[in-house]
Amino acid sequence: MEQTALSVTVIFFAAVFTNNILLTNFLGMCSFLAISREVKSSLGLGLAVIFVMTSTSALNYIVYYYLLVPFELVHFRYIVFIIVIAAFVQLIEMIIDRVSPRLYVILGIFLPLITVNCAILGVCLFMIIRQYSLMQSVAYGAGGGIGWMLAILAMGGIRQKLKAAPIPRPLEGPGITLIIAGLMALAFMGFSGMIQIQ
Amino acid sequence: MARSKSRKIIVKGLWKENPVFRQILGICSALAVTNLMINTLIMSISVVFVLAMSNLTVSLLRNVTPPRIRMMVQVLIIASYVIIVDIMLKAYLPDISEALGPYVGLIITNCIIMGRCEGFARSNPPWPSVVDGFACGCGYAVILFLVAFFREFLGFGTVFGMSVLPAQWTRWTIMVMAPGAFFMLAGIIWIVRSFEKKEEEQITGRS
Repeated sequence: MEQTALSVTVIFFAAVFTNNILLTNFLGMCSFLAISREVKSSLGLGLAVIFVMTSTSALNYIVYYYLLVPFELVHFRYIVFIIVIAAFVQLIEMIIDRVSPRLYVILGIFLPLITVNCAILGVCLFMIIRQYSLMQSVAYGAGGGIGWMLAILAMGGIRQKLKAAPIPRPLEGPGITLIIAGLMALAFMGFSGMIQIQ
Repeated sequence: MARSKSRKIIVKGLWKENPVFRQILGICSALAVTNLMINTLIMSISVVFVLAMSNLTVSLLRNVTPPRIRMMVQVLIIASYVIIVDIMLKAYLPDISEALGPYVGLIITNCIIMGRCEGFARSNPPWPSVVDGFACGCGYAVILFLVAFFREFLGFGTVFGMSVLPAQWTRWTIMVMAPGAFFMLAGIIWIVRSFEKKEEEQITGRS
């Protein structure tokens, strides 16, 4: 029992720092490059990702182990996962719209983007491959989401400052963003001695 | 006539609208699988296959798909082909399937495929759609190979697993780790874009 509790915290922190889903697994790059121009939108997208990632990792865990495995349909997991994610995002969008229009203004436009964010599907696939338990999967989902937000927030902040910098023209936009991401990945490698998950 | 049109589509996919360095799509897998060339080869073949086939299917169904649910239909079509690729890899190349891990499944969310289905196949007849899917897939593959070649060459001193550099060569371990991928891709985008600058001055109006 103690051991599982330990491994849950380890997985959580590893997902945030050492195995950052964005900087070591390169997931969610498309929206990372497109949305990270400003801190404000980065924050909105980051929050939406944390929420959806945590919930869908739990949801997909249940679907996978209680529906797909008993019926031997594991090969269909890609289709099933993507449907679960899309349906969940749609549902959340409707709920937020009803319950809190203010929150909808912040998160609303980012929610449809999340369905095609590979980080969400990536987390779900990783948890199956690494055979996590339910608690571990949720910890991995939450950690992954927080790590992703951390990275995009930092990038948003840097790019805001970057507007005033003289960058060679061909390097503007995606080029310089990738280089910064590389430097951030280098910095995050500094954490790698602390904890290890496979 | 038809041939020149196909050629135009191929040129567009490979260079003018190359998905990776022009449209910045599909970056995730471009970074993740390029540490070894053999992984890159398998990944590229898979992407070309999925892209061409799902373009064909979307194009064939373009008149019977209700516009409101077309995204969902496209995702399901793509996912079906990805499942085929996944099962094939597991059956015939289990080692590589293991090494690619979740990235085979992540072809589904590769924005290139969605982008081509939505942007081209939805409004074009089947044959040009297949050609377009094939061309864009190849454009993607070329960039992947460039990145993978340099990463494997500098990182391990090998090409396709055969060592080409002498043993005294100091391996640039950083190249096979995450930051190296970012730097390599940024470098390629930089070089390509500085070539295209001249073209742009003639055409103008591109953001």
